[in-house]
Amino acid sequence: MAKEQDEILNEVTEGEYKYGFVSNVKTDTIGKGLNESVIRLISEKKGEPEWLLEFRLKAYRHWLTMKMPTWAKLKIPPIDYQDIVYYAAPKQEAKKSWDEVDPELKATFDKLGIPLDEQKALAGVAVDAVMDSVSVKTTFKETLAERGVIFCSFSEAVKNHPDLVKRYLGSVVPYTDNFFAALNSAVFSDGSFVYIPKGVRCPMELSTYFRINAANTGQFERTLIVADDDSFVSYLEGCTAPQRDENQLHAAIVEIVVEKNAEVKYSTVQNWYPGDKEGRGGIYNFVTKRGLCRGENSKLIWAQVETGSAITWKYPSTILKGDGAVSEFYSVAVTNNYQQADTGTKMIHIGNNTRSRIVSKGISAGYSSNSYRGKVKVVKSCQNARNFSQCDSLLLGDKCGAHTFPYLEVANPTAQVEHEATTSKIGEDQIFYCNQRGISTEDAIGLIIKGYAGDVINKMPMEFAVEAQKLLQISLAGSVG
Amino acid sequence: MENLLTIKDLHAGIDGKEILKGINLEIKPGEVHAIMGPNGAGKSTLSAVLTGRECFHVTKGEIWFNGKNLLDMPAEDRAREGIFLSFQYPVEIPGISTVNFLKTAVNEHRKYQGLPPYPAGEFLKMIREKMELVNIDSHLLNRSLNEGFSGGEKKKNEIFQMAVLEPKLAILDETDSGLDIDALRIVAHGVNRLKRPDNSTIVITHYQRLLDYIVPDVVHVLYDGRIVKTAGKELVAELEKNGYDWIKQEVESHGKN
Repeated sequence: MAKEQDEILNEVTEGEYKYGFVSNVKTDTIGKGLNESVIRLISEKKGEPEWLLEFRLKAYRHWLTMKMPTWAKLKIPPIDYQDIVYYAAPKQEAKKSWDEVDPELKATFDKLGIPLDEQKALAGVAVDAVMDSVSVKTTFKETLAERGVIFCSFSEAVKNHPDLVKRYLGSVVPYTDNFFAALNSAVFSDGSFVYIPKGVRCPMELSTYFRINAANTGQFERTLIVADDDSFVSYLEGCTAPQRDENQLHAAIVEIVVEKNAEVKYSTVQNWYPGDKEGRGGIYNFVTKRGLCRGENSKLIWAQVETGSAITWKYPSTILKGDGAVSEFYSVAVTNNYQQADTGTKMIHIGNNTRSRIVSKGISAGYSSNSYRGKVKVVKSCQNARNFSQCDSLLLGDKCGAHTFPYLEVANPTAQVEHEATTSKIGEDQIFYCNQRGISTEDAIGLIIKGYAGDVINKMPMEFAVEAQKLLQISLAGSVG
Repeated sequence: MENLLTIKDLHAGIDGKEILKGINLEIKPGEVHAIMGPNGAGKSTLSAVLTGRECFHVTKGEIWFNGKNLLDMPAEDRAREGIFLSFQYPVEIPGISTVNFLKTAVNEHRKYQGLPPYPAGEFLKMIREKMELVNIDSHLLNRSLNEGFSGGEKKKNEIFQMAVLEPKLAILDETDSGLDIDALRIVAHGVNRLKRPDNSTIVITHYQRLLDYIVPDVVHVLYDGRIVKTAGKELVAELEKNGYDWIKQEVESHGKN
C-alpha cells in the first residue's frame, strides 16, 4: 500500500520550474565582495545624497558586529559574503520613453506574463518591474499621480521625494534589527516606493515584480509603503529567478506604515527558483517584512502564497500600535524536494483593543522541511487585545517534515489569545474516493489542496487568486498533468 | 441479453493474503443483485476490487464490464465507464463543497465521453432536479464534502452523487450500516427512484432490512471468499430467520465429503 502511495506522490510532485530561463541583457556590475568602498560605489552609481550614504555606512558597520542567526530550523550552508556581487543593473542608456527600453528586457517580462506596455497590461494593475538591482519600468505612474498616489522605484523616490523617504526609511525595520536587515540597509539597490495621500483610495492594484537575472549576484531590494490617514491600497509582490546550480542570496526589506483609519493589503506570490530535485541551486530568501499600524483603527493584511526558494527565512509581522488596530496574516507555504522553510509571523499588540488573526497553511512534500514560527505578544499596558491563530500542516508522503513553533508572550490579563494547530496527510482513501467519482489522482490532489488552501487563496486579490491556485498545483502536482 | 458484468474465477487479496478465492458472477442490465454474508466473507473486498482500489491485488480471473476488460483500467476510468460505489465510509474533503466536487466529477465523465463541460446554468438545474429526487437539503451540498455530516447525511449524499452521475452499475456497500429506519427508508426510496431498465445494482449487506425496501432479483451468499449459494429473494427471509451458521455448516460438511 505504501509503495503505491509513493508512486502517486512521485508522479505528482515532479513539478518543473518554468521561469528558469536566463535573459541575454547587458549588465553593469561591480566586482564581487563587500567593503566600505563598494558601498560608496553603489551610492555614487545611484547619485545618492549624503544622508543616505551615511545610513548605508552606519548599517554596514553595524552588520560587521553581527552574526548570522542560527535559531531557525534550517540547515544553511556557510555563505561567503565576499563571493557575492552586490550591484548588477541591466545596462540601459538614459531611457526617455518606453520605446527606447531594451527589447530583451521587455521580452523578459512578457515571457513572465508581466507586460510592461500599458496598453497590454492587466486592467487595474500598475506594475513596477525590478530586474537584478534596479527598477526597469513602472506603469501607470501618470494615472496614479492624478490622485496624488506616488508609485515609483526606490531610487526615484530618493530623488523626487527625499523628505518622505528620509522620514520613513528605517522607521519600521531599523538597520540594527537583524543580520540580514543590516546587510540590506548597507547595500540595497532599488525597490518600490508607495505613498497614498490622506483620504485616497488607490484606484488600482499596485504590484512589484522582482526578477533576479545576473549570475553570482545577490538581490537586496527595499519596499517602503506609506498609507496616510483614511487611505487604502492593495499591493502585490511577485518574484522569479533563473535556474542555476549555485545558490543566490535575496535579502529584502519591506516596511509598511499605516496611519489612522488607513488600510493596506500586502500580497505576495513568492516563486523564486527553489533548486532542482536533488536540492542543487535555488534562492536563499532571507527577508524582513514588517508593518507598523501606527494610527488608530489602522489595518494591515498580509496574504501570501510561497512556493519558491531553496531556503526561506521570513516572518512578515505587524506592530499594532494604534488603538483599535487590526492585522491579519494569511499564508500558504509549500515546500517540495529539498526545500526548507522557517516562516511565520509576529503580531505585537501595543494599542488597546487591537486584534490580530493568523491563518497559516503549510504543505510539505518530498524531503522538504516546513516550519511555522509565530509570535503573539501583548504588552503590559495593552488592554483587551485579541488574537486567533490557526496553523495547519499538510504532509504529502512520509519523508518530509512539518513543525510548529508558536510563542506567546501575554503580559496583560485582559487579552484573549487562541491557538489551534492541526497536521494532516492526504489519505489514500481520499484519493480513491475522488478516483471512484472519475477524478484522476493528480486532479484529486489538486482538489484536496485547493480545499485546504482555499481560506488563504480567497484573500489574494482576485486577479492573482487564479494564478496562485495554479502555482500551487504546479509546484506540487508535477505541472499536474 | 448480454451481461452487463461478468466475473470469472476471480482471486484477489491484500498484502499477500488471499481474500477472494474464485468468484463467479453474472449480472444483466436491469437486475438487482444482493450479496450477503457474514463479516469477513470478502464483501467489501469484492466492491474494492470491482472499483479498482490499488491496494488490492488480483491474482487470477477476469472481470468484464459492458464488453470491456475492467482489470485493464485505472479506478477513474472504471468510474467514467459507469461503475459507481456508494461507500460504506464516505471520506471528508475539507474546503470543497459537494457541488464543486460533483462539478469536477461530472465534467471528467463528460470529457471521457467526448462532451464539453456542462454549462454552469444547466449543471445547477440538473443538480436541483436530482436534489428533489433524493430529497437532500441544499445547505448540505454547499458545505465541505461530508465534513461534519451525520451518518445518515453521508449516505444520503452518496445516493445523491449516484443520482447525478447516473451509473450503469451501482454498488451499494453496506449502505444500511449506521442508518436509523427513517434514513434507511429515504435512502432506499432514492435508489428505487433511480432504477431504470438498463442499469443494475449490487446491494452488499449483512442484514435483511435494506432488502425489504430494495427488492433483489437474485441473492448470493458470500462465504470465505466464494459465492456458496445463489437463489431468489426468498433466500433473504431464510437467512434472517436462521442466520449464516447453517450455510457455514453446509459448506464445511460439503468440504469434508
